[in-house]
Amino acid sequence: MCDTCGCGQPNDEVTIRKPGDEKHHEHKHTHEHEHEQDHEHEHEYQSHSHERTIELQTDILQKNNLIAERNRGYFEAKNIFVLNMVSSPGSGKTSLLERTIKELGNKINFFVIEGDQQTMNDANRIKAVGAPVVQINTGNGCHLDANMISRAVKELDAENNSVMMIENVGNLICPSLFDLGEAKRVVIISTTEGDDKPIKYPTMFASSHLCIINKTDLLPYVDFDIEKTKQYALQVNHHLEFIQLSVKTGEGMKVWYDWLRNSMKNK
Amino acid sequence: MHEMSIALNIIDIAHEEALRANAKKINEIEIEIGTISGVEISALEFSLDIAVKNTFLENAQRKIIPVQAKAECLECNSIFSLTTFYEPCPNCQSLTINILQGKELRIKSINID
Repeated sequence: MCDTCGCGQPNDEVTIRKPGDEKHHEHKHTHEHEHEQDHEHEHEYQSHSHERTIELQTDILQKNNLIAERNRGYFEAKNIFVLNMVSSPGSGKTSLLERTIKELGNKINFFVIEGDQQTMNDANRIKAVGAPVVQINTGNGCHLDANMISRAVKELDAENNSVMMIENVGNLICPSLFDLGEAKRVVIISTTEGDDKPIKYPTMFASSHLCIINKTDLLPYVDFDIEKTKQYALQVNHHLEFIQLSVKTGEGMKVWYDWLRNSMKNK
Repeated sequence: MHEMSIALNIIDIAHEEALRANAKKINEIEIEIGTISGVEISALEFSLDIAVKNTFLENAQRKIIPVQAKAECLECNSIFSLTTFYEPCPNCQSLTINILQGKELRIKSINID
């Protein structure tokens, strides 16, 4: 069933493909495979019971969280350091990944999972810089969930002792609720956005470990106050770390690479 | 619109629990949603209205109970209610706070026949 409107249109199915697989539309799995019982199933009951209340106290996201923990266990066993990269559309997530893979790819094995509603564009960009990649197209869905990652990871077959970067769907709201099994969550904000974003979308900033402020080369031309952004973000999450950089000019990229290497060691 | 995902999860869990209890129908479901959980109760109601069609929850009464967010100040140990993630402690104005509750997304109970 579609995440957005609840309809059952086949177009809304999540697809997971590698670049070059565009023509194949055979989906081994659909959303429905999770349900052991059909919703429309008629039940016959021999006896009727009395009215009663069952105390559940069940976490609504327990299924997602359970699969996320399974993913986490898989990553830990294979010593794969996993980042969940979240941001608004257009903050420069894919460009950051491209440059990082180009400049560190000879020292670190990178694997990438791309999440977008539609198109293979981002996966093609990542493939072009030489990292193995799978693209998740969420159809109408607005976020990646742990089950999509579990499926994508099987396609990707990442090596031991590597780094996996998951580029989430460009959206500062919905992905914040869904644990994917990552080691760290990285929120990216760019200087062309409003500097009050951390308090406008606090859930995402509250659940992230690192905040990357991108496009610092544009600071002379925009009304973006970096110190104000940091202040707002720290109000929401006093554990948050910051790195400011420009993917375009390369300024600050070394700090990001150092963070990456240190986090891999200390995870 | 992640509320639809939340609605579908609620329906799945209620369905499984009802089958496990050999229930004929679900009369009522109680859901607790934290006020800073990231889920809008009105959007969740809207999603549930659509998603419950032809499910165990179609005719069930829904009680959605907001759980007021509370935090503890790490400087002066005051406990206070908050409406956002970024409210200073009303006692000492510190922003170094620890959220105690308000992120809940929970099915509290179901009443079945």
